[in-house]
Amino acid sequence: MQTVKMVITGPFSSGKTEFIRSISEIDVVSTEREITSETERQIKEATTVAMDFGRITVDDDLVLYLFGTPGQRRFDFMWEILAEGMLGFVVMVDSTKPETFREAKSILETFRAYAPTPYVVAANKQDQAEAWNTDDLRIALRIDPDVKLLPCVARSKDSVKEVLLQLLYSIVDEMES
Amino acid sequence: MPLQGNVRDFSTTQLLNLINLAGKTGTLFIFDSVRTGEKDALGAEKMAPGKERSRVAFKTGKLIAASLHNQDSNLVAVLNRAGRLNDEQARIIRERAKNTADKALALLLINANYVTQKDVVGAVQQHTLDVVYNLLTWVEGPFRFEDNVLPGSDRILVPIDLENVIIEGARRIREIEQLNSHLPNLDMALKFPENPREKFKGIHLSVEEWRVVSFVNPKNTIRQIMKQNNMSEIEIRRIVYGLEQAGLVELIKPPAAVGAPGGSRPNPAPQVQKSVVDRLIDRIKNI
Repeated sequence: MQTVKMVITGPFSSGKTEFIRSISEIDVVSTEREITSETERQIKEATTVAMDFGRITVDDDLVLYLFGTPGQRRFDFMWEILAEGMLGFVVMVDSTKPETFREAKSILETFRAYAPTPYVVAANKQDQAEAWNTDDLRIALRIDPDVKLLPCVARSKDSVKEVLLQLLYSIVDEMES
Repeated sequence: MPLQGNVRDFSTTQLLNLINLAGKTGTLFIFDSVRTGEKDALGAEKMAPGKERSRVAFKTGKLIAASLHNQDSNLVAVLNRAGRLNDEQARIIRERAKNTADKALALLLINANYVTQKDVVGAVQQHTLDVVYNLLTWVEGPFRFEDNVLPGSDRILVPIDLENVIIEGARRIREIEQLNSHLPNLDMALKFPENPREKFKGIHLSVEEWRVVSFVNPKNTIRQIMKQNNMSEIEIRRIVYGLEQAGLVELIKPPAAVGAPGGSRPNPAPQVQKSVVDRLIDRIKNI
């Protein structure tokens, strides 16, 4: 049995757990804990402290694992462990929260440094009125033109499928180059 | 969808850079902050927009007008502040031309030999720049960018390239902490963006900035450039910040540091065959 792994990363509350939930064939094995900080509790009730884990079985010989990283910096010791051996990664950005863009860029650079694997940026919550559009996000996050920055709604399976497919296409392109 | 946020999270320099690069047309409104008692994603207090504090208009990425809510920005006030009209002249013109629009008033003043066209353009341009340089130092305030909202046709609009404004604005940002947090690691390197020739066209750099630019090469760390030019950390940070915000250079890891932040070992990508990836693609397509 061959397993391959992709990492879904991004700032706190950017939609990583939701993203994996939308596509995983198993109930996501989540290590969410109730948030103890009053500040963070106003954003969401629970947060991922170690990782989220989802699975997509291709056939008897091949399984894709999706690992979601904890978004809070105090759990970043987990990042490098999760990045080990990844085929590629998705950086989730909450398009409605410009205060998290700097953190998203920093996480992106950190994961790029862990391994030179292909990645895409998913501009989440594009269904919300206050979302920044992807053109503006590309400039705000200073994403190179050759890196895919994709509109995303993490609750939508089709949207998540498209992001994963685009990442896989980038991986194929890299293999062929 | 309007661009909105708070300049404490997405600074005015970054906003100008975005507007410039995206070639946007519209008006940026910055407001006083009104406390909401709620927290944002970073735990800071969420601020709602209050009274308008400033508005800055852009046409296809160029700065064309700016005003502060608490400052008179009609033509007489602008010419008076620029020293083109003295206080007495300004008072008389205000009385006589109370309801005259700026453009019509400019024509009257030029015809009456009070001022030249060059005086008017220069004063309006300086007023616009003064407003923008002022708001570049603001560290708090909700903003909203309204696409295609422009000043009335009676206003005198002087297009100004944003690159030089951004560079000058960055020069004025003196806070060491801000520069330090932007560029904590001087062991990064610099490279030119795509089409550097195009970006440098019409740009006015200081001698110090040229000295840094002349060493831009992915093999040179910022620290090496700093030492070569006998600059302090603050000086090099300030220059790199300005060049980067203006889109003239990009930060990259130097070749030796790629994959090894903080001494970490690089994690090689797994050896996966293309056929495996193709199978993944087929599977996900069919979910």
